[in-house]
Amino acid sequence: MTNPNGRFGVHGGQYIPETLMNAVIELEKAYNYYKNDPEFNKELTELLNEYAGRPSRLYYAEKMTKDLGGAKIYLKREDLNHTGAHKINNVLGQALLAKKMGKTRLIAETGAGQHGVATATAAALLGMECVVFMGEEDTIRQALNVYRMRLLGSKVISVKSGTGTLKDAVSEAFREWTSRIDDTHYCLGSVMGPHPFPTIVRDFQAVISKEIKEQTLEKEGRLPDAVIACVGGGSNAIGSFYHFIDDKDVQLIGCEAAGKGIDTFETAATISTGRLGIFHGMKSYFCQDKYGQIAPVYSISAGLDYPGIGPEHAHLHDIGRAQYVPVTDEEAVCAFEYLSKTEGIIPAIESAHAVAYAMKLAPKMDKDKIIVITISGRGDKDCAAIARYRGEDIYE
Amino acid sequence: MSNIKSAFNNGKAFIPFITCGDPDLETTAACVRAAAENGADLIELGIPFSDPTAEGPVIQGANIRALNGGVTTDKIFDFVREIRKDIKIPMVFMTYSNVVFSYGSDKFISTCKEIGIDGIILPDLPFEEKEEFLPQCRKYGVDLISLIAPTSNDRIAMIAKEAEGFLYIVSSLGVTGTRSKITTDLSSIVDIVRQNTNIPCAIGFGISTPEQAKKMSDISDGAIIGSAIIKIIEKYGKDAPKYISQYVKEMKSAMN
Repeated sequence: MTNPNGRFGVHGGQYIPETLMNAVIELEKAYNYYKNDPEFNKELTELLNEYAGRPSRLYYAEKMTKDLGGAKIYLKREDLNHTGAHKINNVLGQALLAKKMGKTRLIAETGAGQHGVATATAAALLGMECVVFMGEEDTIRQALNVYRMRLLGSKVISVKSGTGTLKDAVSEAFREWTSRIDDTHYCLGSVMGPHPFPTIVRDFQAVISKEIKEQTLEKEGRLPDAVIACVGGGSNAIGSFYHFIDDKDVQLIGCEAAGKGIDTFETAATISTGRLGIFHGMKSYFCQDKYGQIAPVYSISAGLDYPGIGPEHAHLHDIGRAQYVPVTDEEAVCAFEYLSKTEGIIPAIESAHAVAYAMKLAPKMDKDKIIVITISGRGDKDCAAIARYRGEDIYE
Repeated sequence: MSNIKSAFNNGKAFIPFITCGDPDLETTAACVRAAAENGADLIELGIPFSDPTAEGPVIQGANIRALNGGVTTDKIFDFVREIRKDIKIPMVFMTYSNVVFSYGSDKFISTCKEIGIDGIILPDLPFEEKEEFLPQCRKYGVDLISLIAPTSNDRIAMIAKEAEGFLYIVSSLGVTGTRSKITTDLSSIVDIVRQNTNIPCAIGFGISTPEQAKKMSDISDGAIIGSAIIKIIEKYGKDAPKYISQYVKEMKSAMN
């Protein structure tokens, strides 16, 4: 899907300050070398399997399937990975790559805190210094993850600029990288930013769809009819879609955070409400005003609270290969509660967006159809916030 | 070829950066006039952007104040049309790619030409992506200014060879903002630039004192001062123009 200039159709590119150009060129060279290096791949596979707990389970959600009365539902359990989310797949890859490149320090942005925790974890494991940038608003919403990062030996910087959310954490991480390149790798957490990040992160997350494919073939003897995942920047979604892109009969559905609704200003649904723009190093769709000022987006989910979408998703949308649907806070919270009660699985509020859409879709599909929902992370981190949403104040 | 070259005919060029609409466009107009009357050779006018990723806290603050004050690209175009009646020195816009792109690149750049803007500086548009706007810049005769950074190394010659207007040499790693020390070996960078182009080059990022401005312009053709000017505007607001006059005079005389 990637052409030599890091484009996905019209999307992608490298819209970054000159100061960072040699850093991304160096990264691309190193990645192109190590991705084909047997030793690197052996080390990474060992880390993914022995440390992160891969492959993750593809679990048949029988109660949910019966309750909804339609398509057979499988859950891809990325929540069972070490650190509780899909983020570790990418982080172990990038941290190992950074180490091979001679970098000694990782920086990262984080929204919900899952990518920050994963980066802090990899840094601890590989003996690297780590600094995580997190929007001030998110440090409050996700206080537990802030503590986890500190416990793992990382420094957490609360970002007060802008809206104090994920986009500002990304901006601040880029600013930091511009000031310290020699020993520092920016471990970007999603399929966004300048080339080669969208490709690198996708490749490291593609293990999800590789496993889904093998697992559905093994369990059902065929491919699923639909794969559903939540989309902020879109790393778990592209990971879930990637190996199915050429399988045209597999419907690919990304669930965006609609916040309070796509007809309100309190939304983060980029495909539904955004338009083509250039930001954070890439050309893609962004929520913005008529003068190109980036919109202060909103979602109950800190991980989906981002005004853009990865360039490969923008392209999959353009060519009609994947479909992107908005899911509101209320629908996501209901799905969060539903999956907890029905299957005994508390999903991350991000992943609950995908569950919510599957709850609408499954009953409309025949019983011989198969849906796979990627549960990108576990929901322990969200319990206090969801309790607050329901009017209950609990101590974390 | 635009008017930009003329900015370097009057000794070492002093290039102040001012964010349009901080705190309002009347103050910006008065600051631009104060700078022009006291020795500024070229003015960099900032069109604010919500998420200026190449800026430090000082210019970020100016962007926020300007946007909160309700300034827009259209209002800035009208403002330039107005000040162009009496400001004769070259003026360029400094903004982010999305501001140009979302306005419609052709419409934005043709308007620049129409209102007398000589060039555009986009810190998030490296050499590899300049085709995004270069065809329109060529079509209307607006220079797309290139930047060179301390990390550019083997890229300096490539960038310099195709540069237009003037070359913006970034003095230090990191974002904009005043610095007590500039440690980059800028003379070596300028040497490579000189071997590859005849267009002038000016150094920016981190310069605030007359001593720094002198040092930087001794090795190049001029100095770009952003955060130090913005700090004056931030401190004095509507009263800033008289302090800008004094500051520009002091800086320009230190440089020449």
